[in-house]
Amino acid sequence: MNSAEKVHPARNGGFWTDTGKTGITAWIFSTDHKRIGLLYFYSVLTFFLIAVVLGVLLRIELMAPGRTIMGPQTYNAIFTVHGVLMIFLFIIPGFQGSFGNLVMPIQIGSRDVAFPRLNLFSWWLYIAGAAVIITSLFTGGGPPDTGWTFYVPFSERTGTNVSLAVFGVFIVGFSSIITGLNFVTTIHRLRAEGMTWGRLPLFVWSLYATAWVQILATPILGITLALIIAERFLGTGLFDPARGGDPLMYQHLFWIYSHPAVYIMILPGMGVISEIMPVFARKPIFGYKMIAFSSLAIAAAGSLVWGHHMFTSGMSDTAILVFSFLTFVVAIPSAIKVFNWVSTLYRGSISLEAPMLFALAFILLFSIGGLSGLVLGAAATDIHVHDTQFVVGHFHYVIFGGGVFAFFGAMHYWLPKFYGRRYAEKPAVVAWVLMFVGFNITYFTMMVLGMKGMPRRYYDYLPEFAPLNLVSTIGSWILVSGLILMLVNLFRGLFKGEPIDRNPWGAATLEWTIPTPPPTENFEQEPVVTHGPYDFKKAGIP
Amino acid sequence: MSGALHKDYAGAKLGMWIFLFTELLLFGGLFLLYAAYLARYPREFGAAGQEMHLGFGTLNTVILLTSSLLVAMAVTAIQRGARRMVLLLLGGTVLCAAVFLFNKYLEWSAEIGNGIYPNSPRLVAGPAGESVFYSLYYLTVGLHGLHVLIGGTFLTIVAVRVQRGTIHAGDYVLLENGALYWHLVDLIWIFIFPLYYLIL
Repeated sequence: MNSAEKVHPARNGGFWTDTGKTGITAWIFSTDHKRIGLLYFYSVLTFFLIAVVLGVLLRIELMAPGRTIMGPQTYNAIFTVHGVLMIFLFIIPGFQGSFGNLVMPIQIGSRDVAFPRLNLFSWWLYIAGAAVIITSLFTGGGPPDTGWTFYVPFSERTGTNVSLAVFGVFIVGFSSIITGLNFVTTIHRLRAEGMTWGRLPLFVWSLYATAWVQILATPILGITLALIIAERFLGTGLFDPARGGDPLMYQHLFWIYSHPAVYIMILPGMGVISEIMPVFARKPIFGYKMIAFSSLAIAAAGSLVWGHHMFTSGMSDTAILVFSFLTFVVAIPSAIKVFNWVSTLYRGSISLEAPMLFALAFILLFSIGGLSGLVLGAAATDIHVHDTQFVVGHFHYVIFGGGVFAFFGAMHYWLPKFYGRRYAEKPAVVAWVLMFVGFNITYFTMMVLGMKGMPRRYYDYLPEFAPLNLVSTIGSWILVSGLILMLVNLFRGLFKGEPIDRNPWGAATLEWTIPTPPPTENFEQEPVVTHGPYDFKKAGIP
Repeated sequence: MSGALHKDYAGAKLGMWIFLFTELLLFGGLFLLYAAYLARYPREFGAAGQEMHLGFGTLNTVILLTSSLLVAMAVTAIQRGARRMVLLLLGGTVLCAAVFLFNKYLEWSAEIGNGIYPNSPRLVAGPAGESVFYSLYYLTVGLHGLHVLIGGTFLTIVAVRVQRGTIHAGDYVLLENGALYWHLVDLIWIFIFPLYYLIL
């Protein structure tokens, strides 16, 4: 690495300046995948932070029985909006939009995605959908109070602004489909010479599987949401028992999308872990083929398990048994990944830097989340914990402890590459400890509460649940203090931190072979790939 | 890396095929509801199906099949560079789309005149299964009609670009994708027609 590159001030050079265009329009109308990636990153991060604030408010309300800081209607609205923002505006578009866009084209040795203008369009659709959702909060009958699942018949009857919110989600869904088809086409068509399917970085494999889920599942969400609007405006009665409809059909349609959607949330995270693990264990990944294959297996099997959300809804026993069985089948590819990551660590030269800490946290938290998922996937135990705080705890273990911790890991791993500067290590580790401890206090307590019988989404509760609720709320404060420290440290580092060279971590994938920050065209010459993504020896990395 | 403009036709078509697949799944949700409710209300579906205007349905089927043929011929014509022929064929396709929608308008007017529309007093008072049938019918056919409108508009834009010469024998992937989209519109109708007009 020459020293000239090192003295570049942050965000000077590479794609930040080499087109000569730096104004706001050079960003919001840019078709450069890196700029779109950062647009997505800051958009999803904004909604994440808003939803975090809402989540903290929910925890404060639940700190003690009875009214603490808000009334019941506000509480209903806040848990709905918390879910809608977190799910539809943060974690579903999050990975694909931000790190998928930033990293994937470079990792496959391409200049950009297959349809750069469509890529920009998908961001605009996302923003439009987000604007509609935000509008729905402040107009009409006020923010929706149905929960993020928009279950009928309540979503048809409530006077709150469900139609507009649902329409916003519909638009965001369209954006998600477009990103998915763009990524599938890109990965099929734009791999560099020598970038065979067997040399594809595992992050790309996970994005590929995710993109297929987006393509195959999201249209079902689209039609389901359109049906809610039709029910509300036209009175079609398709889900109304009084008119011959069946609310169970809504639940089927909703979960046909929304269960695969949790794999949209978690699969790219698994890809991130598969990137970080070998780099910080200084060892080629164990079981490359099985990890790649298990991404596809999760995507395929995960599309067939939606009925496990409906064990208490009145399905036939046969359906319950089949869905329960298939749910256990999904656990197999997930476990394959976990075992392969752990095997990668075996006899590795492990370096516990921030990205690796997040990856290790992912493995533990995701395992707890996944195993608690089997409690819910088994019909017999599900009857007891269905619709309790146990579900809330389980879901946050998988999506927050899994997906979002992976997202934080990706932020520490990849953002310095695009900014040319890095964060300070020590505060990052302290922030990680705070979040890890706070997370477990917050959500493990919820699982215990659920086992004891406290329902979810309840505004008030029996006095015997009070101590544990207080513990959970205090945990959320620790969690948030860690989050604040992490963000302050990370962004301070990206803007003012120590400059980094091309390959600060010693990774063997393509994005680390180009200058930091990457130039707009990514590669000076079209790369020819001669070794696998984790072949450190052939890549010449000590 | 060279900055030369590079168009990837195979990529563009792959993207279009994937998009068409998402469209099929969008309708798939409605077909799923049809299957579930047909199993629950076979008698009511049968009775309601008898009241459908088979004439309109058949006519529209013929029109859509013809339009699909015309647009396929337009793709062949552009490969030969016969621009006038392409414009003629695309004009025919768009005309078919317009006639299709006009027929739909007449059909729906007749049905609404008979008091058959979602939440109508007649359907609310009648058997539950019939109300479900007609709601599904209006939603499915309405969504399909929307696609006819979108497809027709898309092919009109394509025709304008053929006229301007930006789509020609050397670069006609947009026309091909437009034709693919139009075949999808046709294909979905090929399922709607028997399900609502014929088998009941």
